[in-house]
Amino acid sequence: METLIFDLDAKPLREVNQFLHGDASGLNGKAFVIENPNGAHSIAVGLKSDIHVTVKGHAGYYAAGMNQIAKVTIEGSAGSGVAENMMSGMVHVKGFASNAAGATANGGLLVIDGDAGLRTAIALKGADVVVGGSVGSFSAFMAQAGNFVILGDAGEGLGDSIYEAKIFVRGKVKSLGADCEEKTMNPEDRKILADLLAKSGHAGVNPDSFKQYGSARTLYHFHVDNAGAY
Amino acid sequence: MSEQQPKIPQTKPRFSATFDESTMSEIRRAAATGIYDIRGAGAKRKVPHFDDLLFLGASVSRYPLEGYREKCATDVVLGARFAKKPIHLKTPVTIAGMSFGSLSANAKEALGRGASAAGTSTTTGDGGMTQEERGHSSILVYQYLPSRYGMNPDDLRKADAIEVVIGQGAKPGGGGMLLGQKITKRVAKMRCLPEGIDQRSSCRHPDWTGPDDLEIKIAEIREITDWEKPIYVKIGATRPYFDVALAVKAGADVVVLDGMQGGTAATQEVFIEHVGIPILAAIRPAVQALQDLGMHRKVQLIVSGGIRNGADVAKALALGADAVAIGTAALIALGDNDPHLEEEYQKLGTTAGAYDDWHEGRDPAGITTQDPELMKRLDPVKAGHRLANYLAVMTMEAQVIARACGKSHLHNLEPEDLVALTLEASAMAKVPLAGTNWIPGVTGF
Repeated sequence: METLIFDLDAKPLREVNQFLHGDASGLNGKAFVIENPNGAHSIAVGLKSDIHVTVKGHAGYYAAGMNQIAKVTIEGSAGSGVAENMMSGMVHVKGFASNAAGATANGGLLVIDGDAGLRTAIALKGADVVVGGSVGSFSAFMAQAGNFVILGDAGEGLGDSIYEAKIFVRGKVKSLGADCEEKTMNPEDRKILADLLAKSGHAGVNPDSFKQYGSARTLYHFHVDNAGAY
Repeated sequence: MSEQQPKIPQTKPRFSATFDESTMSEIRRAAATGIYDIRGAGAKRKVPHFDDLLFLGASVSRYPLEGYREKCATDVVLGARFAKKPIHLKTPVTIAGMSFGSLSANAKEALGRGASAAGTSTTTGDGGMTQEERGHSSILVYQYLPSRYGMNPDDLRKADAIEVVIGQGAKPGGGGMLLGQKITKRVAKMRCLPEGIDQRSSCRHPDWTGPDDLEIKIAEIREITDWEKPIYVKIGATRPYFDVALAVKAGADVVVLDGMQGGTAATQEVFIEHVGIPILAAIRPAVQALQDLGMHRKVQLIVSGGIRNGADVAKALALGADAVAIGTAALIALGDNDPHLEEEYQKLGTTAGAYDDWHEGRDPAGITTQDPELMKRLDPVKAGHRLANYLAVMTMEAQVIARACGKSHLHNLEPEDLVALTLEASAMAKVPLAGTNWIPGVTGF
């Protein structure tokens, strides 16, 4: 596979991103390496072609934001909002991720090998998010759809005001948010979990070691009796 | 025979100004239901407004322009600060953000048709972009909201400008809501929600907090759209000086400032009436912030909240705005609250002119509804034509006033063309009380 290298010490990020936004017919199937990212914000955002971008180091905010189709690998840690509003494709963070990782992501797969910060998978809208470590508080807040796998622990208020997203946690949950409850894992959900573990490099992990959480659906309609829940 | 007693005069029953009819009916409703009142539209209470200002017009000391011969331009360019492709409007009257979901598809189409005919922009809302409005809007502003419902990078690229919504005048600091009656299959799919639930929209963006993060977020959107699109930041009017300054610092091309009279699809009545400030009070501090930063006319200011006619447009521009946005007025032009539907409004327990239960989805005019039968009542072509007419009238009215003040462009109107009728308006708009040189808080009496 042809690989093109961009050195952010030598080339402005704006030019790199604009190149990666080029006509898909000329980009599809190609691989790119971004060197010296040095925590720059908005690296490889808005991609929409079948390409593989490898970031050799740490990325700042919104790395791979709004990704479509592309695969982005960050060989370091990522700042806030990595893969925010991703539509499809895959984003793999080999280090840690800061707050709001995978926020509002609609599709695709976000894999974080390390820990992730506050509000991971907030308002998730259909994507799959797998965190190898632990996640901070208020993760999966108002998560609407998609699957969220946590191999470590979860902080406070997990799944607060959750809609139809599914959460799988292997470690401890400090507390559940309003309207989030433990569910019984059915065979279909177990298969979803097993597939995601396999896709994210955790094939040897037993799905039965996870607990599943989701919406109790008691807050789906405004009602005076629910006032205390907010 | 008994002596007839003299009739004792009776005090006429006296209603309380504090506990008026509306207040008492709300207390009874609250006592019966145990939950707050939700409604659409903006603040209904009387607040200092553009009606409290007057133009001075030309006389011996000023030279007017001939109304039927001399040009008075109305165009405005928005977003030239950073965007490669700023937008150019023929009139400074734009259509404010209103969502598909709160409005019917036909209403969105009508807004697009009317705005396009008038050479101005329309704006999406919570829930994303529909084909109807993109297809019928020659200039479409795409709102980027805290909920990110329907947020799609393909639509971001299709937009002509992007409006990062921090808040709105009807509910600064509050999120949105769309009740289950309006979460139809199509709306639910666009928002990725279960059908029929009461939908909540976040009051904060999910992936940034504070002005420093906003700067990074705006830069991300610019990167994704290759720096082509103007980026607006919309705020509800509360602390306009600081909020505008921070929006400019964060990199906004355009700031949209919405006063408390600005409408909403559904919010608590107490929120609408008691949070935020009137647009009249917000414009001068906002303009001051732009001037202090050397950004007045470089970062454009769009103001909204109770704009009704060309006089309001001219006054807003004279106070320093570059353009205005209309929402409620545009819906009225489409056919909202029309007296010919009085019988149906009566059935809903209200009357034409006061109907504001837009969240219930039973709008007899077919505008604030997702009911397929009610929607059919709104002909998007005819309604769009009415809106285009109305926009043309507003523009011409503003020109009439500007010419009378001797201005060859609406943007040449200035605060010196205005006086105030009340002390409150004088203090808020920082123009003299009529017949005096006094501006409370600025000049001595």
